[in-house]
Amino acid sequence: MFAIYLKEINNFFSSIIAYVVIIVFLVANGVFLWLLPESNIFDFGYASLDQLFELAPWVFMFLVPAITMRSFAEERKSGTLEIILSKPVSDIQIILGKYFANLSLVLFALLPSLVYFFSVYQMASPVGNMDIGGTWGSYLGLFFLGAVYVSIGLLASSLSDNQIISFILALFICFFFYSLLDMLRGLLLISPIDPFLEYLSINTHYISMSRGVIDSRDMIYFISFSALFLFLSRLIMEKRKW
Amino acid sequence: MSVKVDSLTKIYGSQRAIDSISFEVKSGEIVGFLGPNGAGKSTTMKIISCFTLPTSGNAFVNGIDILTDPVEIRRNIGYLPEHNPLYEDMYIREYLLFIAQLHKISGSYSKRVSEMIELTGLTPERHKKIQELSKGFKQRVGIAQALIHNPDVLLLDEPTSGLDPNQVVDIRKLIVDIGKTKTVILSSHIMQEVQAMCNRVIIINEGKIVADDKTESLVAKTDKGILIQVEFKKAIKRADLNKLKGLIHAENQQGKWLLKLNHIKSREFVFEFAVQTGNTILEMSPIRENLEQVFQQITNTKQ
Repeated sequence: MFAIYLKEINNFFSSIIAYVVIIVFLVANGVFLWLLPESNIFDFGYASLDQLFELAPWVFMFLVPAITMRSFAEERKSGTLEIILSKPVSDIQIILGKYFANLSLVLFALLPSLVYFFSVYQMASPVGNMDIGGTWGSYLGLFFLGAVYVSIGLLASSLSDNQIISFILALFICFFFYSLLDMLRGLLLISPIDPFLEYLSINTHYISMSRGVIDSRDMIYFISFSALFLFLSRLIMEKRKW
Repeated sequence: MSVKVDSLTKIYGSQRAIDSISFEVKSGEIVGFLGPNGAGKSTTMKIISCFTLPTSGNAFVNGIDILTDPVEIRRNIGYLPEHNPLYEDMYIREYLLFIAQLHKISGSYSKRVSEMIELTGLTPERHKKIQELSKGFKQRVGIAQALIHNPDVLLLDEPTSGLDPNQVVDIRKLIVDIGKTKTVILSSHIMQEVQAMCNRVIIINEGKIVADDKTESLVAKTDKGILIQVEFKKAIKRADLNKLKGLIHAENQQGKWLLKLNHIKSREFVFEFAVQTGNTILEMSPIRENLEQVFQQITNTKQ
């Protein structure tokens, strides 16, 4: 598993993929946070990173599928999947290796944005007068949200050997669980399955974490949701045998 | 270390890719898997390498069942898939190190990678990216990747396809050297290739084994006469050829004659024939019999 992880990480950083992802994430969020009128922090007037945490899930919705789309699609198309599958590693080791490599890239994209955190922290009056707990909670929530996106992206990538289809599919599934599900809930108003839909929505747990309270129910949701999509990817990979 | 295949069947949709084939390969044997495209050679290899599962039947590598312990089998197998897929944007060393890590080979990875680069003759190209290599060198990388963990069983799917004649000779030599101590199964659709490398041939057609024999005896079986192409200086009539001893069949191909003779020694009669008729031979060359003819002969002898 570690060999696969290392190979993927090397691939990200020896090509320009990693740098593009990190820079785009930083710039897209930076523009909204510091520059654009209405949304920028000076007009907003409060020392908080709420704008960042509102926008970041949408940026990830495009970035994460873009980095995961090649994971299996490319390997299947070029036939290299046959190479690694003829080595003494199990399917789940390959999937986990790729999962943690992609997740690491998400983490690497998040880390530089701590500069924004530090800047806002310094600008607060008095210095440090901001919701520290809420900010760390949001960061953790964003990381777990990224983790779910990555598992969705891997599933989409294992479904098709066409990278564009993988990308669009991943984008849609992410959109569905982050936003569309909430909209549907509004449409259905009060239905017996509403609590269930509310539980399924990524947004529910993301917002819950951004309050700065680390609730085990949210953690369990994020981890089991990721595990579910990884398990589905494994089933798809098994399919090749039949 | 042996490979045993027991009434293996693989069905894709409604198509039977392979149809209950059985054979056994012992250590030290180089077996050629011969057949036209789509005969089921690659499918069989994919099953032995545990990439896909058979629809029915079973296969064993060193007595280990492919259905129960695929990971253990992959430890003992070196596999070169068809079309030799590679990570094009990796460096040779980087790629081989990655494969060594996947195998968790004992000893120093870096040392073993250097050994493989030397063994497969990649030394002059060793600093290049895989995508910068010529097809022959890529093939060597593919073979290096299959050999790095010193496997007991080697599966090579069309190891020389798409190479130029010099590269073919090099790769063949490499395989024969390696094959002295290992079990090698290689596939090809070229008769001469198998003849050059293998001590045993399994011919497979439409998913079924049609012949399984030592290379020499198979060649002897199919060697009924010889096909030669002759160019005479002066035009000759078909009727004149009746004087030629040992002739089975003659065909005029744009002035050149394609002659089927009953024995290799009958070639001298062609020369005598030319002298008798006051003609001169400008060119005489043997025509290799293609796989189709071998197939026809083999299936005919079976009936």
